[in-house]
Amino acid sequence: MDVVLLSRVQFALTIGFHYIYPPLSIGLGLVLVIMEGLYLKTGLAIYHQLARFWVRIFGLIFAFGVGTGIVMEFQFGTNWAQYARYVGDVFGSPLAAEGIFAFFLESGFLALLLFGWDRISKRMHFFATCMVCLGAHFSAIWIIVANSWMQTPAGYHIVETAIGPRAELTSFWAAVLNPSTLDRLWHTVMGAWQAGAFFVISVGAYYLLRRQHLEFAKTSMRVAFVVAMVASLAQLVSGHDSAVTVAAHQPAKLAAFEGVYETGPRADLTIAGWVDETNRTVRGVKIPDLLSWLVGFDAATVVKGLNEWPESDRPPVQLSFQLYHLMVAIGMTLILLAWGGGLLAWRGWLFERRWLLWIYVFAVLLPQISNQVGWAAAEIGRQPWIVYGLMRTADGVSDNISAGNVLFSLILFTLIYLALLVVFLVLLDQKIKHGPRVEDMPRTGEVVS
Amino acid sequence: MIAETYAVIWYLLVGVLLAGYAVLDGFDLGVGGLHLLARGDRDRRVFLNAIGPFWDGNQVWLVTGGGALFAAFPHVYATAFSGFYVAFILLLFMLIFRGVSIHVRSLRAGAAWRSFWDWAFSVSSLLASLLIGVALGNVAWGVPLTAGFRYQGDLWQQIHPYTVLTGLLVVAMFLMHGAIYLVLKTEGELNARVRTWVRPTIIAFIMLYVVVTMATLLYLPHMADPFREQPLLFLLPAFSVLAIANIPREVHHGREFRAFLSSAVAMLLLLALFGVGMFPELIHARPDPALSMTLHNAASSTKTLQTMLIMAAIGMPLVVAYTFHIYRVFQGKVKLDSMSY
Repeated sequence: MDVVLLSRVQFALTIGFHYIYPPLSIGLGLVLVIMEGLYLKTGLAIYHQLARFWVRIFGLIFAFGVGTGIVMEFQFGTNWAQYARYVGDVFGSPLAAEGIFAFFLESGFLALLLFGWDRISKRMHFFATCMVCLGAHFSAIWIIVANSWMQTPAGYHIVETAIGPRAELTSFWAAVLNPSTLDRLWHTVMGAWQAGAFFVISVGAYYLLRRQHLEFAKTSMRVAFVVAMVASLAQLVSGHDSAVTVAAHQPAKLAAFEGVYETGPRADLTIAGWVDETNRTVRGVKIPDLLSWLVGFDAATVVKGLNEWPESDRPPVQLSFQLYHLMVAIGMTLILLAWGGGLLAWRGWLFERRWLLWIYVFAVLLPQISNQVGWAAAEIGRQPWIVYGLMRTADGVSDNISAGNVLFSLILFTLIYLALLVVFLVLLDQKIKHGPRVEDMPRTGEVVS
Repeated sequence: MIAETYAVIWYLLVGVLLAGYAVLDGFDLGVGGLHLLARGDRDRRVFLNAIGPFWDGNQVWLVTGGGALFAAFPHVYATAFSGFYVAFILLLFMLIFRGVSIHVRSLRAGAAWRSFWDWAFSVSSLLASLLIGVALGNVAWGVPLTAGFRYQGDLWQQIHPYTVLTGLLVVAMFLMHGAIYLVLKTEGELNARVRTWVRPTIIAFIMLYVVVTMATLLYLPHMADPFREQPLLFLLPAFSVLAIANIPREVHHGREFRAFLSSAVAMLLLLALFGVGMFPELIHARPDPALSMTLHNAASSTKTLQTMLIMAAIGMPLVVAYTFHIYRVFQGKVKLDSMSY
């Protein structure tokens, strides 16, 4: 096996495992802000209990996110040194900005969030919660800026230096607000909100099924359903916008996502299917003209097909197609689950239907899966480029490391991450089963209002 | 000329970020190294909670320093991390284990569980400190760079007497810093025990400091050049010796915070010494020093360095302000409560 493939597998493994946690932190961060805000506003003890319990869960998730996150920042240097040399002038800044504006904020105020309950005022604690939530969102902003630049590079020029050519910054704002940044940011953050909301819903449904902590569970679920309803619908819009951007700036990627080979107007949208790569066609359920219509609000819109590119410039079609379609299918399901469940919960009917509650217990997996496959589709669809149209993935890898070294690190990462996943699930399960504690209620006399 | 100025500024700023990391994460890495010396569950929990609110934010200095290195000196970032591949991967594993062990150690009651994570925390803290020191030693000693800053690294060549010494120096420095920090955060019987650890760690630090300095003067004369050219720089080591000598005095008089500050100053001066000796190089090349990576040949464009400077000027004062505030909220002796680790 070669260094390129091993490094790609290692990057996929480490980012995939890491990406279990940040969406939960971002989504749960927002839920925490709402819960604590409601406590300050209403003074109801239940919201205090909610905030205390979910902060403990947040702390656990955050610890795993931080540990696995450090790996990501340094892997561009360890495994992708040629890439780092070629684009570091442009790509390094967002990573540094992430440290300055996001990580310091998150980790600093996390201390107050976790340990500050009795040391600072309620309002100050609420402020800390807001800052942690803001920090989590800032980290999403900067990492999406960096990744979007790899998808649709802008604000740079190629300069010949003593060591060879490299990309240098010409406009910071053009690089930061490159054509895909805003759509992809919106799309990623909504995915994170869904992850957090459905996580809270799942735990709530579990308590109701066990007939425990009833008031706690119902209140948690109501808050989370509001977030889920907003996020799932916004995701429909952001998903559409993202696809239109991909069509405009990364047409080969869109063609792979949709399995389009022939360029032309009146392109069909495949709901689900199988790409026959030898015969260059897709078998499946199709809606005539819809893809053209979605891309340009007009059935006459021309959609570029994969035949436009030589085989060496195409992403893996089947994989991109299936991952993308799975993401879309889950996204649609989540709208149904969020709005169906939200309306039923508002009426109180949801809490009485055990079979429905079981669905929501397991629905926690859906945003996780769609976040993972969505990212995988975005990255695999960009292939064979590491920076779209500018640098090939195979040219970005470190040329001074051996396959043996990468195999060594890959095996260790696999083993350690498997062990960490078990530890995480055991501890999460323990914390959930333990449930909210008595001391999570505000002490007597502490209730505001 | 302008390009030169910005490169020098970023040389300093990357140094400041890494020095911030050493002084801040240094004490919690040191506490990790001393963790197994605490007998009994309660004392170990006191140790963990002494660093509980801070270690995570302290570690961000490394992450931000790494990001700044990437943005300001991409070639150095690329050469160092790929050239020291195995060492850095091991460091990353240590940092993962460390973070997780601090958080999960007290979440279950079983003795085997706690003992496992105690060991994980302590060993990963010591090894992380050692690896950082070995890396710094290599950067100063020099690595076989070829044209285009290519460096085919090999872990076994990176470990030799000089780098082992710098590794141990960093371990001793962090242990000293951690011990003094624990004096600050503990009380009663535990405090009395922790006090007895300060002197041996200082002695180990001073001995290694002397040995490494002599080895550097003997084998790395280029590190001493700036001092020959500007004798005023000899004030740096002089002040650093004074700062170290001041530590036992402050501990003796019960001025624990001032002892901790002294230790921080001693570390900063040592790092400044290192920075002055290295300047303007970032990675020394051997056998041909002409191939060394310097702030002239490895920096980003002036446009990028300017942009980054604006970001740092906006962001870092805020970071320092709220970090300072958070340290104030948690000042004083550790008290265990229901939210503690």
